Amino acid sequence: MSAADPLQVLASAGKGESTRSVLRVIILALIAGAAISSRLFSVIRFESIIHEFDPWFNFRATKYLVANGFYNFWDWFDDRTWHPLGRVTGGTLYPGLMVTSGVIYHALRALTIPVDIRNICVLLAPGFSGLTAIAAYLLTNEMTPSPSAGLLAALFMGIAPGYISRSVAGSYDNEAIAIFLLVFTFYLWIKALKQGSMLWGALCALFYGYMVASWGGYAFITCLLPLHSFVLICMGRYSTRLYVAYTTWYALGTLASMQIPFVGFLPVKTSEHMPALGIFGFLQLLAFLDYVRSAIPSRQFQTFLWLFAGTAFGVGLLGLVVATSMGFIAPWSGRFYSLWDTGYAKIHIPIIASVSEHQPTAWPAFFFDLQMLVWLFPVGVYLLFQELADEHVFIVVYALFGSYFAGVMVRLMLTLTPVVCVAAAIAVSHLLDIYLNAKSPENPDAAADKDADGKKGGKAGLKSTNKPLVGIYAGWVKSVIVSSFAIYLLLFVMHCTWVTSNAYSSPSVVLASRLPDGSQHIIDDYREAYQWLRQNTREDAKIMSWWDYGYQIGGMADRPTLVDNNTWNNTHIATVGKAMASSEERSYPIMRQHEVDYVLVVFGGLLGYSGDDINKFLWMVRIAEGIWPDEVKERDFFTARGEYRVDGDATETMKNSVMYKTSYYNYQNLFPPGQAVDRMRGVRLPEVGPQLTHLEEAFTSENWIIRIYKVKDLDNLGRDHASAVAFDKGVKKKKPAKKKGPRVLRVE
Amino acid sequence: MAPKRNAAAAAAAAAAASSAPATTTASSTSNTSATTRSKSPAPSTAAAAASTTPAPTPAAAPTSSSRGSAGQAQSWNKIVGNVFSHYLSTTPQRTKLLDAFMAFLVAVGALQFAYCVLAGNYPFNAFLSGFSATVGQFVLTASLRIQTTEANKSDFPAVSPERAFADYVVCSLILHFFCVNFIN
Repeated sequence: MSAADPLQVLASAGKGESTRSVLRVIILALIAGAAISSRLFSVIRFESIIHEFDPWFNFRATKYLVANGFYNFWDWFDDRTWHPLGRVTGGTLYPGLMVTSGVIYHALRALTIPVDIRNICVLLAPGFSGLTAIAAYLLTNEMTPSPSAGLLAALFMGIAPGYISRSVAGSYDNEAIAIFLLVFTFYLWIKALKQGSMLWGALCALFYGYMVASWGGYAFITCLLPLHSFVLICMGRYSTRLYVAYTTWYALGTLASMQIPFVGFLPVKTSEHMPALGIFGFLQLLAFLDYVRSAIPSRQFQTFLWLFAGTAFGVGLLGLVVATSMGFIAPWSGRFYSLWDTGYAKIHIPIIASVSEHQPTAWPAFFFDLQMLVWLFPVGVYLLFQELADEHVFIVVYALFGSYFAGVMVRLMLTLTPVVCVAAAIAVSHLLDIYLNAKSPENPDAAADKDADGKKGGKAGLKSTNKPLVGIYAGWVKSVIVSSFAIYLLLFVMHCTWVTSNAYSSPSVVLASRLPDGSQHIIDDYREAYQWLRQNTREDAKIMSWWDYGYQIGGMADRPTLVDNNTWNNTHIATVGKAMASSEERSYPIMRQHEVDYVLVVFGGLLGYSGDDINKFLWMVRIAEGIWPDEVKERDFFTARGEYRVDGDATETMKNSVMYKTSYYNYQNLFPPGQAVDRMRGVRLPEVGPQLTHLEEAFTSENWIIRIYKVKDLDNLGRDHASAVAFDKGVKKKKPAKKKGPRVLRVE
Repeated sequence: MAPKRNAAAAAAAAAAASSAPATTTASSTSNTSATTRSKSPAPSTAAAAASTTPAPTPAAAPTSSSRGSAGQAQSWNKIVGNVFSHYLSTTPQRTKLLDAFMAFLVAVGALQFAYCVLAGNYPFNAFLSGFSATVGQFVLTASLRIQTTEANKSDFPAVSPERAFADYVVCSLILHFFCVNFIN
């Protein structure tokens, strides 16, 4: 990675144009290689495995696609999720990712390279990150004539942690290909706008369609391109090129996006897509006005313009209001409201707020994910502001828009990263172009030199464009600046490598820890438990767990689940939340109604694993309370002093809830009497643990992370479970044979 | 911005060169508009005459006819007449062919929309793909028209008329592929 720097010096030293382009290709290939290889930490540390939660569903869907063909995949109704509702999977997913890996799989097969589909899925994200680096190069080259800026942008894009976070090997998620498509669509848009060419516009639309097929974040493009056009129009920069580029993109892109069943009629029905339509209509009017202006004198034109524009605007606005109020256009969806008002989701839609990646970004995250790019980013935007051609306006708009959204939602850091890389690369290359220039003019004025020394780098460089004789000509000044920047770049590379290896390369299915002697210890409870399910339960045994684990159970254990990470049915999720939050007597009928065979909970108390169900429990309560405010009350789970406790002082509701009981059942037996400790929450637990009546323990993994309970069948003798358990306890002291004795007598 | 201003100037120059009477009408109408602008706030009944005049794009006429005094109606008449004569005098035959096609597309689109409003949108897929086919073809044709117009040449240094036509064909193929795929 750091090899790019000296090479770049070499590139600027290279004499002929052809040498330079060869070098450029080599550097780009090296950058792509660096981007790919820096994402392989997880494969080397652990193994070639699918990570986290959502990727497991994508992996499962890809396997289905490869096994059953495209048409079956398109019509796939999945009866093994959301039991008993099922899910129209083919119509409710973004198929781009699966189809991409399916195509790669079949292409490699055709070339007689037998590669496992799992390896394709694992390595898809790193492969596409190489392409993203190249797309960033192309995009940056459209912005600035400097040849080094594009290479720097590619390098930044390749190793910026903000992007690596979603594209390490095994992170087989929609974002893996979507960021490449995002950047490439923007490149094509700039190209279309600059040339005013229909063909580039059509390409832009095609890649936009691919993006729509891949990621729900396509709405970002749908809003950004109209916004850019709108800003251009407001700046008085309407041009026929804008008309051609925008209308071609919109007409083709909207049709392309409607081909995806999941998107369907949304582009003409929801408010998110209305700005694009509005600008489309507005451009038609502008084009017409433009024509009229060329036809008649300007005095007449002004009267014409005011009446015409005013009426058209009024009619359009009225139409939009009427259509929205009549229900032709759906109002903004909840996720979008939460973008504008960060408190909205917490109040109205707990299921959205419960996802950690929908939380607002903490400010250190910016530095963690972008390091020095954070402070280079405004410089780059400023430099672009200086020139402010149409394409620079795009980056400025994108920067503002992206920064805002990245501040609202953690996961939208991903959409900000490309523009940060582009702007920072422009800033760095601007600096290097000035300071790496070894030439000095005939008579460097001593006074000018002194003047330049006093100033900081960027300003002096800008000044030099105004007054030709003022500039930086002293060798030591140049070497100081260049070497300090080289150090910054090296630090950046080291930071990226460190972040990637430490923060983003954990599969989260397999956990790693260090033993006291420093050796690595792998904690593999998830796979242990899922394998147990796969081997010891019926093929159609229904597993109830919180929705986070639905995809993993479907993917790894291949068992039907009640709810999963595709949170399409809030009520169903609330049902599971209610079953977890109620007492056993109350939740048993719910489980029976849903034919639940096993209950799976994640417990981190023994290991100090923070992502366990007790920590997520309040969200389950909140979501359940949203549907059944009378039966589940969040207040009941807090002590009188408003604390959320799990130790002896926990409330009765908490202690009786299924979640609490299943988590701590038998836990005290691991410790000497009275010394049971929950290491996650750091509290001492009561001496007597919870008793189970309607459930029985079926499996507990090595480190107690996963606990599986079997839901008891109805009692053979028609007793309720509580009395049956009490009875069993009562006679346990005697022999079971004796228990049979009296019954035999009674029969006689 | 510079190239566009040049384009407008070139168009104006072309208009001036085409016929001497055209320039005289232009100056006279500019005078009338100056006088009418002072009394423009005065409301009055709609002038139907303006809306019936054949304009290049029908969207313009109804919006402009909603307000305006009697004197303004006169000037509106003149503006529209001006635009129309400018159109007749400066547009090449081929471009007129494109315009005829665009007018046809507008008519078909309006027909479809009227059907949707009156008879319901039941096969919504079919309506959408039909309507967006006309809209898409309209904007593509408009783009082709813009790119092939002499006056806009400075805006499109990279696009020759032949290239524009090839682009047009490719884009239309893509458009109709999507439409046929979407029609159900």
